[in-house]
Amino acid sequence: MIRTTLAVGMKELRQIMRDRRTLLILLFVPAFFLLLYGYALNFDIRHVRLAVQDRDRSTASRALVSAFVNSGYFDLAGYVDGDTELKDLVNQNRARAILSVPVGFGRDVAVRRPVTVQVVIDGDNANTAATVVGYARLLIAEFGAARSPVTPSGVEGRPSIPIITVEPRIWYNPQLRSTLFLVPGLIAYISMITAVVSTALSVVREKERGTMEQVRMAPVNPLAYILGKTLPYLAISFVSGLLIIITAMVLFDLPMRGSWGLLCFAIGLFLVGAQAQGLLISTITDTQQVAFQIALLSSFLPTFILSGFIFPISSMPPVIQVISHIVPARYFLVALRAIVLKGAGIEAFWEQMAALAVFATIALALASLRLKAEWS
Amino acid sequence: MWRILHLMRKELLELRQDPRLFGVVIVAPIMQLAVLGYAATTDVKDIPIVIVDPDRSAQSRELVHRFETSSNFKIVGMLGSTDDIDRWLDRGDAWMALSIPPDYGRQVASGRPTSLQVVADGTDSNSTGVALGYAQSLIGGYAQDLVHAAAPLAPAGGLVQAEIRVWFNARLESRDFMIPGIVALLLLVVTTNLSAMSIVREREIGTLEQLNVTPLQRWELIAGKLLPYALIGMLDVVLVLIVAIYWFEVPMRGSIPLLFGMSAVYLMTTLGLGLLISTISHTQQQAMMTTTFFFLTPMIYLSGFIFPIDNMPAWIQPITYLIPLRYFLVIVRGIFQKGVGLETLWPQALALFAWGAIVLALATLRSSKRLG
Repeated sequence: MIRTTLAVGMKELRQIMRDRRTLLILLFVPAFFLLLYGYALNFDIRHVRLAVQDRDRSTASRALVSAFVNSGYFDLAGYVDGDTELKDLVNQNRARAILSVPVGFGRDVAVRRPVTVQVVIDGDNANTAATVVGYARLLIAEFGAARSPVTPSGVEGRPSIPIITVEPRIWYNPQLRSTLFLVPGLIAYISMITAVVSTALSVVREKERGTMEQVRMAPVNPLAYILGKTLPYLAISFVSGLLIIITAMVLFDLPMRGSWGLLCFAIGLFLVGAQAQGLLISTITDTQQVAFQIALLSSFLPTFILSGFIFPISSMPPVIQVISHIVPARYFLVALRAIVLKGAGIEAFWEQMAALAVFATIALALASLRLKAEWS
Repeated sequence: MWRILHLMRKELLELRQDPRLFGVVIVAPIMQLAVLGYAATTDVKDIPIVIVDPDRSAQSRELVHRFETSSNFKIVGMLGSTDDIDRWLDRGDAWMALSIPPDYGRQVASGRPTSLQVVADGTDSNSTGVALGYAQSLIGGYAQDLVHAAAPLAPAGGLVQAEIRVWFNARLESRDFMIPGIVALLLLVVTTNLSAMSIVREREIGTLEQLNVTPLQRWELIAGKLLPYALIGMLDVVLVLIVAIYWFEVPMRGSIPLLFGMSAVYLMTTLGLGLLISTISHTQQQAMMTTTFFFLTPMIYLSGFIFPIDNMPAWIQPITYLIPLRYFLVIVRGIFQKGVGLETLWPQALALFAWGAIVLALATLRSSKRLG
């Protein structure tokens, strides 16, 4: 059994070595991707293009505008006068927020009469818009507070008013850098795609070319064949997975707070599962075209959307939360973030590891059963 | 012309031979959209929070009650001491912990300032930022009510008030933004795959030689391969749009014919791209690798689907102009959410069209070299 597994593995490895392009893609492209996307992706919203409609043109209104620009969140896209001009700016995406200061703003502020400024925000991206709303509200409140004559407390003669302050403390990622959150997700995503894509065609290719008949005649049992097909790709994906993580640590200051042994174990378990998924697809399809379609549809978008990589699973509807349990990246991400960012031990995420092991076992078993049925 | 029709018939016959492919291409996108449409939400709800309340006074219970009734939070545990917070956050069972000081009730009752501690798990920086905002405004509202109860005459709010209006998506529903994007991505994945395998499969099986000896022109070969897939693609467009508009009720403010027209141009780019890959690959595996790694992955990340292009560093932003999905996303979202027409979208439409024409021309050229 072990000898035949190794023999199949060697044959597969020789085939991989012959196709240099595939080998290079599998080994190095993942790390390169991380480099590119690690820089490209972030949710920290800065440089929101702001158009200003200043009907007042007083010192106070200019001070408000510069408070917006100096905050670093907004870039001044220009001043506008008319309302139609405003609409065009937003429609053509040249401004994403508009600050509109009413006539008499400077006078009202000087005599401490309450005054309202209007902010219009392009809501087409709900996520960023909510953040921009928060920034704008905060900036205006600060501006108003700095010019307020009295603070709510400390006024003589009135009953003193309790002030409740909130002291937020953020653990694991105190600056709330989105890179620290996204990079583990990218690692999971890239590993998943590499693993599934590398094995999804391996069996069906032999079927399509007719070389499967030869394998069938050989004294190889299905499980040994399946394992032999996986091992070389497992080795390659493992190396490329480690390369990604090292890249992340060197370039993006990804911390390593937990144990390397656990990390390697988690990566290994995840990759076996992902490759088993690819193999299963390969055994149930008859043409490479179908295998490719299924492989992509089952790994590409689900890993991206259902794993908790970007969208928090706890915010999804209950039915979808249940469905997300069949996405192995979901478990891997929890384990990866726990090891790398939290430095947690196995007791914090053993359920995730167990789920990964179950996933891998079921997928491998199904793949070899399916092959057995086909061969007999 | 007849030759193209014959080739199309051959392609369609081949597609019919593998009924599973048909199922995958037609049914899978709809199922995916149905699931992913629900999943892709950046709205933060039901944030799991634990509360440490050693005070247990009427005032602290009032505060806890506010968290209980808020739809943003879900209290998953009441802890006895702050030391227990570690375990909950480490395991990821809670994202946030609110710690109330032991003398809280007394302080509030006697009008002395007090402070609450909120501990948040920063690993999901995006959701945590949102969650902190919710917590702060909830506590702020509570404090405001206390102020009001103590001094009903004090002016509410500050000197300068903000009136904030959100255009196009007043409810800030992330689904309305995400679903048009998912539609574009699904079309990309399905159609590029189909055509990426088309020519290289014939090469691998050896039937390309047979096509080679027929009097087919190169462009006829490309057109004959492309059109059947374009038909399937348009069918997909119809189906996913029906799901988006009638199932998810994404508001559709623009013109539907324009959306179809632009989708056709978009399919020309995705199918053309697939064909180009097919002509430059030797095996189907290579075609698959090239498609996934060099085309699909960059498109998902660099197109502005989720990650705003404005946020990217200056050296990456020019790369995004090479990505057809970038233009199509602006078009789809513009038509869906803003209801704008070609008068605003023409630069994107033109770029998309140019992209498709160039890719198809390259594929034709490349195939003639290969076959000739």
